Amino acid sequence: MAASFGVSSAAVALADHAVKSSAFPLPSLTVIRSEARPISGRVNRSRKAGKISTHAVAAQTENPASAASKPGHEVLLFEALREGLEEEMERDPRVCIFGEDVGHYGGSYKVSKGLADKYGDLRVLDTPIAENSFTGMAVGAAMTGLRPVVEGMNMGFLLLAFNQISDNCGMLHYTSGGQFTIPTVIRGPGGVGRQLGAEHSQRLESYFQSIPGIQMVACSTPYNAKGLMKAAIRSENPVVLFEHVLLYNLKERIPDEEYVVSLEEAEMVRPGEHVTILTYSRMRYHVMQAAKTLVNKGYDPEVIDIRSLKPFDLYTIGNSVKKTHKVLIVEECMRTGGIGASLTAAINENFNDYLDAPIVCLSSQDVPTPYAGTLEEWTVVQPAQIVTAVEHLCR
Amino acid sequence: MALYLSKSGKFLPHFITKMSSLGMINLSSLGSCLSQNPPLLTEDGRTSYAAPGNDPTHFVCRRFGSVKADKLASISTNADSQLLNFPGGVVKFTPELKFLSDAPEERIHCYRVLDESGHLLTSDFVEIDKDIAVRMYKEMVMLQTVDTIFYEAQRQGRISFYVTAMGEEAINIASAAALSMDDFVFPQYREAGVLLWRGFGLQDLANQCFGNIGDNCKGRQMPAHYGSKKHNYFTVASTVATQIPHAVGAAYSLKMEGRDACTITYFGDGGTSTGDFHAAMNFAAVLEAPVILFCRNNGWAISTPVSDQFRSDGIVVRGQAYGIRGIRVDGNDALAVFSAVHTARKMAISESRPVLIEALTYRAGHHSTSDDSSKYRPIEEIEWWRAAQDPVGRFRKWLEMQGWWSCESDTELRGWARQEVLNAIQVAEKAEKPGLREIFTDVYDVPPSNLRDQEKSLRQTVQRHQRDYPHFQF
Repeated sequence: MAASFGVSSAAVALADHAVKSSAFPLPSLTVIRSEARPISGRVNRSRKAGKISTHAVAAQTENPASAASKPGHEVLLFEALREGLEEEMERDPRVCIFGEDVGHYGGSYKVSKGLADKYGDLRVLDTPIAENSFTGMAVGAAMTGLRPVVEGMNMGFLLLAFNQISDNCGMLHYTSGGQFTIPTVIRGPGGVGRQLGAEHSQRLESYFQSIPGIQMVACSTPYNAKGLMKAAIRSENPVVLFEHVLLYNLKERIPDEEYVVSLEEAEMVRPGEHVTILTYSRMRYHVMQAAKTLVNKGYDPEVIDIRSLKPFDLYTIGNSVKKTHKVLIVEECMRTGGIGASLTAAINENFNDYLDAPIVCLSSQDVPTPYAGTLEEWTVVQPAQIVTAVEHLCR
Repeated sequence: MALYLSKSGKFLPHFITKMSSLGMINLSSLGSCLSQNPPLLTEDGRTSYAAPGNDPTHFVCRRFGSVKADKLASISTNADSQLLNFPGGVVKFTPELKFLSDAPEERIHCYRVLDESGHLLTSDFVEIDKDIAVRMYKEMVMLQTVDTIFYEAQRQGRISFYVTAMGEEAINIASAAALSMDDFVFPQYREAGVLLWRGFGLQDLANQCFGNIGDNCKGRQMPAHYGSKKHNYFTVASTVATQIPHAVGAAYSLKMEGRDACTITYFGDGGTSTGDFHAAMNFAAVLEAPVILFCRNNGWAISTPVSDQFRSDGIVVRGQAYGIRGIRVDGNDALAVFSAVHTARKMAISESRPVLIEALTYRAGHHSTSDDSSKYRPIEEIEWWRAAQDPVGRFRKWLEMQGWWSCESDTELRGWARQEVLNAIQVAEKAEKPGLREIFTDVYDVPPSNLRDQEKSLRQTVQRHQRDYPHFQF
């Protein structure tokens, strides 16, 4: 499989982003760059059109990928994740899954459904209820050559695994002087759902973002979910893949042929000129809903799904800021210490000269998520708030 | 059932012993449900399970895999409800309102081969030939020497920190000697001897403690936090007991590969109070993972004596609580430790099961260089253990009785060892420290943009203030 992904095509792809990745040797598979605009003058002829999709746009309504290549097939997001998992398990016998009820039960959101039947109870392992310990197990297995995918039944439960994630996952590659790698993927559903209660509505990306040594990505569409899952499994670093409880049933047509998306890249959802709206995961949909209203009101927002929560794709973000000079961040994290807080700092530091106005960050309040539907609804940023914020920014 | 046994060859001996010990039905082993390749549903064996149209959940599989429905009925009517097939297995009823005792009548006995004067107390031990025995002794002496001199070096301010294994030399060396190089070692931090046995050099030890350019951990960890992939010795982390689940995970990976190797993990009495210990023991049992769980019960967790750590009869009794075989050994007896580990290793690999070893010993040194244990325990106690139960001395006496060692050899060895260690320290001390670049490498496989920026910024700072920081270089 690896043979079909030539180093040359990856190397040529690098030329497009020379500033960003001058010292960044890519692994030898073609990683799809996300471009919103239909390919104009930037066609890379050396990209193999045969086996892999040459476009990487993931929009809800239109999908040039499907137009350019074969029709593809429709999947729900959880199925896309499963496809990604299954393809990687097929390709590499070292990939295994640990988690509660991932085996015969198929996982709490059915991401691993059918995999235990196909690969056996040992490779798709049901663990007892001890997150810190099965994450530790994954670290040990990873250090000895396996590539475990750990599922937290709900991301919030991974708080119990914090010690193993921060002190071992994130650190052992470093403290061992590079001798041991920890190629694990830690994934699970998080975010505010529909009345799941405070403990099941955690946004762990806030808590984990400081841990050195891990990468964090958040998927938001079936297309990027499958691509990120595959990329995360292939990565030599520990990757935390954030899924959202409410997005598992999103439907989209994805390519039949194999593809992987870049772990470190943001996704251009809707190019625009007036304001840069940065978001990720479920809030992407609230933003796009607000965008409809904004377009009707005559605004032209540029919407970027940052996807990579650690490290930030400051290249894509920077280009956007340089164009629009105004930034609105829409996140589900709480105000204090969230991804938005860090992103605000990073943009201010790096692109201060390009900003015409202070960055606005819309986040959830610093409260545990209440159960009652009406209360819960207003702890999450709503499209109306996004519209107001843009109108304010673009005054 | 029969079909399953034939497919899961590894589980066979385990199964049979379980079945015979339980008498009629084996429901407790998940082995019948775990298989590396054949899925539960597609085998012919499915018909023999005859699950009534449901997905074979573990419970269903266990229940129907072992007891046919008609047999179940006959049990309950015949024995007039003396037992019941609960989830988890058949249990007999009792009319007595009786609680299990909190402690066994007598503490579990401790396996010992040599007495304090080096005399053999039994013939029930694994014989070692002269070469191994002498090598074991030499390494024990070397470990003692390393500990003494490195400790002194810390006191002299040459290194910042050190942990000794005083009193646990037999545990370190004898357990290492009983393993193969293919076995993965997951240490806590008092197992430098295991690494010495495997061939990690004195210079390597010294380099790590001084964090110099020769350190294979690139100056990243505290002294005595060794790690060497080459020697299958996983880098020490300061976090307590986090290595136990790692060991279980690694054993899982060995099991997947079907390798002739096991993992071993060491931890202290204090470490057994952690959540990770509990869950790892449980996992190891459920997974049937080939791991040796070696507890160095040395009586102290910094200043906390075992009486404040737990109220069970030490650690060995916990094995049964998890369904794991265990043994208690005299940790100061090299032959006993060797025999126990040797046998445990065989069991772990051939039967694919975890084994618990509790080695009773005494922490003759301080917890670390940041501790003065005379503050919380009487000096007489420390002195007594050091002298009367010294594992090195005891082993030497046995060796001398075998005619394999002599006084002169001892003096010569100790003199040589001391010199070697001092040399290693001197060389390590003079060596350069790693370049500042190593702050940023190995965080990820490739440094991301934020780290590259941070490195650039640091480089600029150092260059700008070259005069104030002449020794720092990239």
